[in-house]
Amino acid sequence: MKTWIEKQQHLIDFTLASLSRRKAKNLGLLFIYTLLVFVLASVALYTHALRTEAQKVLAGSPEIVLQRLVAGRHDLIPPGYLDKIGRIRGVQKMEGRLWGYYYDSVVKANYTFMAPRNMNIPRGEIIVGPALERSRGIAAGNGISFRSYSGELFTFIVAEVLPQTSELVSADLVLMHEEDFRAFFKYPEDHWTDIAMSVANPQEVRNVAIKLMSTLPDSRPILRDEVLRTYASIFDWREGLMLALLSAAILAFGIFAWEKAAGLSAEEKREIGILKAIGWETGDVIKMKFWEGLLISLLAFLLGYVAAYLHVFHMNAILFEPVLKGWAVLYPRFALPPHIDGLQIATLFFFTVFPYTAAVLVPIWRAATTDPDTVMRS
Amino acid sequence: MLELTNIRKAFNQGKHNEYWALSGIDLAIPEKQVTALRGPSGSGKTTLLTILGCLARPTEGRVRLKGEDISGLPERFLTDIRRRSFGFIFQQFNLIRGLSAVENIILPAYPTGQPRQDLLLKAEALLADVALGHRRDAKVEWLSGGEQQRVAICRALINDPEILIADEPTANLDTKLSKEFLAILEKLAGKGRTIVLTSHDPMVVDSDVVDFVVTLRDGRIVDEK
Repeated sequence: MKTWIEKQQHLIDFTLASLSRRKAKNLGLLFIYTLLVFVLASVALYTHALRTEAQKVLAGSPEIVLQRLVAGRHDLIPPGYLDKIGRIRGVQKMEGRLWGYYYDSVVKANYTFMAPRNMNIPRGEIIVGPALERSRGIAAGNGISFRSYSGELFTFIVAEVLPQTSELVSADLVLMHEEDFRAFFKYPEDHWTDIAMSVANPQEVRNVAIKLMSTLPDSRPILRDEVLRTYASIFDWREGLMLALLSAAILAFGIFAWEKAAGLSAEEKREIGILKAIGWETGDVIKMKFWEGLLISLLAFLLGYVAAYLHVFHMNAILFEPVLKGWAVLYPRFALPPHIDGLQIATLFFFTVFPYTAAVLVPIWRAATTDPDTVMRS
Repeated sequence: MLELTNIRKAFNQGKHNEYWALSGIDLAIPEKQVTALRGPSGSGKTTLLTILGCLARPTEGRVRLKGEDISGLPERFLTDIRRRSFGFIFQQFNLIRGLSAVENIILPAYPTGQPRQDLLLKAEALLADVALGHRRDAKVEWLSGGEQQRVAICRALINDPEILIADEPTANLDTKLSKEFLAILEKLAGKGRTIVLTSHDPMVVDSDVVDFVVTLRDGRIVDEK
């Protein structure tokens, strides 16, 4: 065993010496390869983190949201709907929600105005999302005026700015008292934007949705699972789009790396001949080259993955952000919680380290099985 | 020590350019003596040397090392024999560029798995023997022709082989360096090693160090003395 370990150490020593002897080729290869892993890992880490974050945020959202439709368009919920829903078995809790969009011509962006029922916001005050704080340069205690759609000017005092941790969903939020909301939008009394409800038994969500559709035929129940699925497919689609855009570059880098790894120079072939002539077995030569391939690909994988991690979680994926995050005037600025998935690492490892190591070994196999006497005639 | 019986060696066998480099060689290499193979270019000296050194297999015939038939052994076993029993000094030295003298010397011992420290001590002793201790860490491409050959000799000796094989050892050396080589050869022969070399050089073949001269022509032995 000790001899075997010593032998592997010798092979690694020789491999390291070989790598340093062909610095330019190997550093170039390492750079290209690291870049390849970096791009793939960045896209994978970012979309995975976005999906996880969206799932976490939506986990706290209501199981069913009911909207009313008129001519296929979203309309206000009139009085009496809440009573009818209350009579459906299985509905544990329900509440009418008030929310709407407001276009701010100053910053040319849309805000989401909302009157939350679980928060006690005094009249004349608002709580704003972090993107609003940045775009309008406001802070807690400041006053801000909005001209309503009816042309009337309303002034509010900013009571609080929402924490950045929730920015993925709260960037453009403006929270206010129900009365203020109704006054601002001239919202009719006892009407709601939609109704959020929770269901006692999660298995029954679909049944409750069917009952809702038969009780209130002009309504559309939206299930949390459907929203989650939609988000997941949006992020999948963006990941696919990003990879499709990059595929040509990835392919070019891949071919370059393969070419570099698979090509044996005359000098390398000569060295293999010498090693065989002085007593190295074919297996020793292949093992040495295997270590060489593994060291380069492993190092590139580690460097690429760490760089991708820093890029995604410390620099907000600055290179791919516009494509992966989506388009908006008020960009949410948020740091995704670092999340590493074992299967994702394994997949990336398999598709980067494995082909490279194989690419190195194939030509070596051919060179290492040639007769050692060729060296005598060189 | 080494016995060859009816050795024939063909290149490109079965093709239109088939060529028989050796045609029926019977030869016994005496133990602890210096044997020189001589002959004009194309006479089969180097081919015979590769067969003696287990670098190649004969197309026909038997090779025996200390009485054991090794001509039919698989590559792995042949490599093991080559590593344990033979040391090679090539005409072009065949050192690995970019590595230091001492790193080149210990290369044949890597597959044996001996501790690196032991190998380095052994290599330093060998370098000191050929008065090259001061060039231990010099990259081989920085060394002169004579120095490179001495490194190649040390490399051939690192596994302490019984038999040394040298192909045209003085072909790239001037008279002074050739004399130095003969002095080293004498020292090695004096320590009881079996040495087989090929040479055109009368200075080598006619020297007192060589005990036995085999003359080849057209793949056959024409003279032994």
